[in-house]
Amino acid sequence: MKVLWELFVAFLRIGGLTFGGGYAMLPMLEKEAVEKKGWITNEELLDFYAVAQCTPGIIASNTASLIGYRVKGTAGALAAALGVVSPSYVIITIIAAFINNFTDLEIVQNALAGVQVCVAALILSAIASLWKKSVVDRITCCFFLITLAAVVFISLSPILAVVVMAAAGICVKRAGGTK
Amino acid sequence: MIYLELIREFLKIGLFAIGGGLASLPFLYDISARTGWYSAEDIINMIAISESTPGPIGINMATYVGYLTGGLLGGMVATLAVIAPSVVIIILIARILNKFMENEWVKAAFYGLRPAVAALIVSAFLEVVKVALFNTDLYKETHIFRDLLDWKGIILFTILYYLIRKGKKHPIVYIASSAVIGILLKMA
Repeated sequence: MKVLWELFVAFLRIGGLTFGGGYAMLPMLEKEAVEKKGWITNEELLDFYAVAQCTPGIIASNTASLIGYRVKGTAGALAAALGVVSPSYVIITIIAAFINNFTDLEIVQNALAGVQVCVAALILSAIASLWKKSVVDRITCCFFLITLAAVVFISLSPILAVVVMAAAGICVKRAGGTK
Repeated sequence: MIYLELIREFLKIGLFAIGGGLASLPFLYDISARTGWYSAEDIINMIAISESTPGPIGINMATYVGYLTGGLLGGMVATLAVIAPSVVIIILIARILNKFMENEWVKAAFYGLRPAVAALIVSAFLEVVKVALFNTDLYKETHIFRDLLDWKGIILFTILYYLIRKGKKHPIVYIASSAVIGILLKMA
């Protein structure tokens, strides 16, 4: 029981102190799970991180569940996952409760208009980083263009896009016989 | 029943959004288009809030959408639903972790998945651009091409993009400065 509580609290701290999730979490995880608690080694952490990015779901909760599972099985995975989401739930609920009272004010609307432009720039920057890892050759470039066209022009559902393209990847890689 | 619908939609995001935070964006636009629970502008506010507060973006977005649609309980069920598939999947594969990562089928699937995810995020980016850099409402009234583009926004966008790629500061820095610039230039 004690270890479950420790997992919950450690991941509560990680969730509450990292901005942005994904890669931002790595240094916090190192400090809490590797250095302070000794639950896993640094190499394991990097392995877990790689798995977390390749499995469905939010990277942060995947990583939390993996470490939790290693420490205390299924109950550990649950404790860690609940810990990592709790700060978000509290903080975002408070903000969401208040923001709608302010959005009618002119000054807030102007501020939000500026922020919208910034969000566009941030996403484009994330895409630029992602591009190098995902579009690696001519075939992946075709996959990219086909998916984009299908989503933009015929409003293909994102679920179908993900399923079909995973299948396409398997067809190309496995049927082609190239490793 | 709004809670069941929230659970269904966020289970789907948890199951199919692969690769973290921004990968859930196309799903959020898809939900918005189908259900009308929130607007395209709400999504952008959501992104800004998520980037400026602690916690993983994907989870922040689930809480925010859940709260907007179903209050306190809505936020809670959406948050739990979005992590449920990942917890279950991890528990299932934790034992065969190394085999899973080295499996040729898994690798092949990701060869196709990664560009698809990139394309999905680009499609979400286009939705954000529509709201942030275009004045579609004004254009519908005047039909003057010059009115379609939000010039202040486009200039700010170009400068911000350059600074973000060069500076690598925390997103909150850029978001806060943009809010101030928005007020000073009366961008709304």
